[in-house]
Amino acid sequence: MVVLIVLGAVVDTFATSSLRWSVVGQYLFDARILQAAVVTLYLTAIAMVVGVGLGILLAVMRLSPNRVMAWVSWLYIWFFRGTPVLVQIFFWWNINTILPYLSIGIPFTHVMVQASTNTLVTPLLAAILGLGLNEAAYMAEIVRAGIISVDHGQTEAAQALGMRRSLVMRRIVLPQAMRVIVPPTGNETISMLKTTSLASIATVHELFFVQQDISNFNYKIIELVIVASLWYLAMSSVLTVFQYYIERHFARGSVRGLPPTPIQRLRRMLFQFHAAPPFGSAAEPDGEPWLPPAMPHSGM
Amino acid sequence: MATPMVRAEAVHKSFGRNQVLRGIDIEVAPREVMCIIGPSGSGKSTFLRCINHLEKIDAGRLWVDGELVGYREHGGRLHELPDREVCHKRSEIGMVFQGFNLFPHMTALENVLEAPVRVKREPVAAATERGRALLDRVGLGDRLDAHPRQLSGGQQQRVAIARALAMQPKLMLFDEPTSALDPELVGDVLNVMRDLAHEGMTMIVVTHEMGFAREVGDSLVFMDSGAIVEAGSPRDVIGNPQQQRTKDFLSKVL
Repeated sequence: MVVLIVLGAVVDTFATSSLRWSVVGQYLFDARILQAAVVTLYLTAIAMVVGVGLGILLAVMRLSPNRVMAWVSWLYIWFFRGTPVLVQIFFWWNINTILPYLSIGIPFTHVMVQASTNTLVTPLLAAILGLGLNEAAYMAEIVRAGIISVDHGQTEAAQALGMRRSLVMRRIVLPQAMRVIVPPTGNETISMLKTTSLASIATVHELFFVQQDISNFNYKIIELVIVASLWYLAMSSVLTVFQYYIERHFARGSVRGLPPTPIQRLRRMLFQFHAAPPFGSAAEPDGEPWLPPAMPHSGM
Repeated sequence: MATPMVRAEAVHKSFGRNQVLRGIDIEVAPREVMCIIGPSGSGKSTFLRCINHLEKIDAGRLWVDGELVGYREHGGRLHELPDREVCHKRSEIGMVFQGFNLFPHMTALENVLEAPVRVKREPVAAATERGRALLDRVGLGDRLDAHPRQLSGGQQQRVAIARALAMQPKLMLFDEPTSALDPELVGDVLNVMRDLAHEGMTMIVVTHEMGFAREVGDSLVFMDSGAIVEAGSPRDVIGNPQQQRTKDFLSKVL
């Protein structure tokens, strides 16, 4: 009852406000918004690739018997996890103010390649660096948790077969760690999708930047915020479905049989409704004898 | 006389302050089956793990087929070998664990193929043919595509034996291979091991199966608190123990 009253009040507030849904509809499929959504997805994908790749490397380093490696990894995680992403993106975007030129040279020679930082570090690259390097710190901890979740007997069995450390990691430990790594990585990806909005500070034309750009002209601020939110919501929903199937893939071997997917369940339900109408119901087609469907497990 | 397959000389090993091995001397001839018995915590598993360098030894010398394990001697001092060479040595020594340790994300056949294909770089087709034959030999020719979790403990352990044999080792180490099994599954695993012994495989078996030790073993070693208390032929050690500690232990397990 209380819920209904509150819900009613909320609906009433929106209904009497000057929010215009027609404006939302008008901009939802605006070319600029669509393009910005693509940039958001692209940025999410690249930042996650950088984050996962570097994260695996950092996790393996952190667990290495080599003290220097473990220490470098610890320091990286400490730094990148301890400062805000927004600040990191802002830093990369303004790197040209302290390093106007980047150069790569061969030591003890005069051969050198030089480029202006301004042309090299585009807004998009600044965002990729900021988001990706920050994400790597979090992914490193997720991957590390996955690696230590694998029974040590697995490593021993592989070593006893003569497999080298890198091979043991790649073929035996990491595939099993995936079951633990994938669910939080899905979370991280969905989180990244929304965190890309921070790239607006580096003038990347992603969803948040573009919706702000448009509303700066037409003052339909809330309408455009809703447009952006709907796109964020739609994209994260798609990612959730991806996550489900990826998790299923890596569950092989850990359970005896996989439960059916919602789609398989729906199909089975429809199939059964279609094949087996209740006896004596009028749904039975007249004249045609009803045959039980051939089941693979009927033992015939 | 041929070089012994395994020779240990005053092998010491400590975990922190806990001295686990206090000078083990042993010699295992090629084609010999040696069983090691003893109460838990006596260091028998640790010693087995030293033989393929899963554990580092603190003092003493350990040779497999005439070569030092995990180290090279230079100027009277031992230097640990690089990972690559340790791995090469391990690839010649098969090991079977109490907890099977099959790779759960691979089928039975994939478990058997992994090391020959990835470590020895055998062609997949040839390795597959041999892998099938090995699984057939341990009685699992019809479960090639089963994942470990779909197999019983006894079946898993037999896959683990096939996996170790796939590397064509010159020595097999068994670390309590039947201790985690239901009683009715023990027999199948012991049968596979018995056949292996009859084919002339050199084996060191840490076990509680006195029947197996007596029937299959060529020699028997009784260990207690990190030292060898008594060693000899199984008939003598079990039938006529000389040491009081051996008698006490045997009276509890027989």
